[in-house]
Amino acid sequence: SAFKDLKSSPFSTGEEKTPHDMVTGYNNFYEFSTDKTGPAKLSKNFRSDPWSVSIEGEAEVTGTFSLEDLIKPHTLEERIYRLRCVEAWSMVVPWVGIPLGDILKRFKPLSSAKYVYFETLNDPEQFPGQKRQVLDWPYREGLRMDEAMNPLTILATGLYNDPLLAQNGAPLRLVVPWKYGFKSIKSIVKIKFVKEMPETSWNMSGPKEYGFYANVNPKVAHPRWSQKREVRLPSLFGSKNTKTQLFNGYADQVASMYSGMNLRKYF
Amino acid sequence: MLKNQHIKIIKPLIFLVALLPLAMVAQGIYMRTLVNPLEGIIHTSGEWALRFLLITLAMTPLKEITGSAHWIKFRRMTGLYALFYASLHFMAWIGLDQLFIVEEIIESIIDRPYILFGTTALLLMIPLGVTSTKGMIRKLGKRWKKLHQLVYPIAILGVVHFVLLVKKDLTEPLIYAAILLALLGWRARLRVAKIRKRHV
Repeated sequence: SAFKDLKSSPFSTGEEKTPHDMVTGYNNFYEFSTDKTGPAKLSKNFRSDPWSVSIEGEAEVTGTFSLEDLIKPHTLEERIYRLRCVEAWSMVVPWVGIPLGDILKRFKPLSSAKYVYFETLNDPEQFPGQKRQVLDWPYREGLRMDEAMNPLTILATGLYNDPLLAQNGAPLRLVVPWKYGFKSIKSIVKIKFVKEMPETSWNMSGPKEYGFYANVNPKVAHPRWSQKREVRLPSLFGSKNTKTQLFNGYADQVASMYSGMNLRKYF
Repeated sequence: MLKNQHIKIIKPLIFLVALLPLAMVAQGIYMRTLVNPLEGIIHTSGEWALRFLLITLAMTPLKEITGSAHWIKFRRMTGLYALFYASLHFMAWIGLDQLFIVEEIIESIIDRPYILFGTTALLLMIPLGVTSTKGMIRKLGKRWKKLHQLVYPIAILGVVHFVLLVKKDLTEPLIYAAILLALLGWRARLRVAKIRKRHV
């Protein structure tokens, strides 16, 4: 394994981890393919080194930073999180990463920065799926400032103690464990502090089906399927016998950010 | 030209080939290469139910175009396979997805048009399966043909079910829609031609 002396985290779950081959072989990453086994096959030549990230917007420090410069000052942690896809399957993934808030603070966001906006690399040469307009590329995501600063939110650089593979969003991706997986944007090239709620990819493509918040919530159904239960992978016949938890089981850490908010309206 | 003894070989071959999708899912589950078996079973069975419906609908045009009546001999089998895969699709949804919870099943059918369309299509297929025997064909006479014209609304419901349920990429369901449209269009054209003849 590539990482040494990973800090363990009290936020890690003790639940059974989804096997490595499943985490790296079953991926929703439309930049490669809409077929879940496609990303692992089509990403062999993806170049995630060298990599740089552009930091923009409402902050004192902005500019382009190499991946090393972004990561180096921080201690990598292992975070074993539940991952809940909006399609009602879930995994348990041992991520390696850094709290997003620790990185963002270095850029001294201004008080006008209310949201953080993220963008995935836009390069159809490397992302064959981008040759078709399945989504309006580049992939975009965003978080409210307090969500971005929440200690659960991490930027991941690895999983299962190894650097991220391309199909999992190498070399740098977001992990927001209380939200549906599509919020956890992969292969990030841009982070921008913004004043207004940014436009986000799935919300743009289906505003009635995918909200900006996308908090895991068993009581708010997707228009085409219930979110009450999920398939925890691995699973022999894959029955949905796991009950979905509000905020994916992270209510203690995140519920206060949404107190007084109508979660049905702001889904 | 196909001969009767060829049909005797081809029929069991089609029977076996038609089981391959099911065998592949079973192998995926057994070998643990199918990460999400629920999704695998539901997608595969649904896809093949639709494919067999379209194949079944293609037999009459093939007969007319090739001038060989043999095609019709495969029609019962492909039709029954459509029913077989549709039933598997429905049972997997009822059992693995809905865990046999009756209130939730009813709620889903009422709340979600695509489930209502799919369920209706399956229910309509059952009488066609039941009346597919030689005895029933004889017994029903002219009414048999009328009853089995239900295959058209069934296929339309099936394709609409698929179009409504996909998450984003409509390419695949639209291919099915185009094939269905071609198959129905071919029949409509024939019918129009017949009516014209009558009026001349």
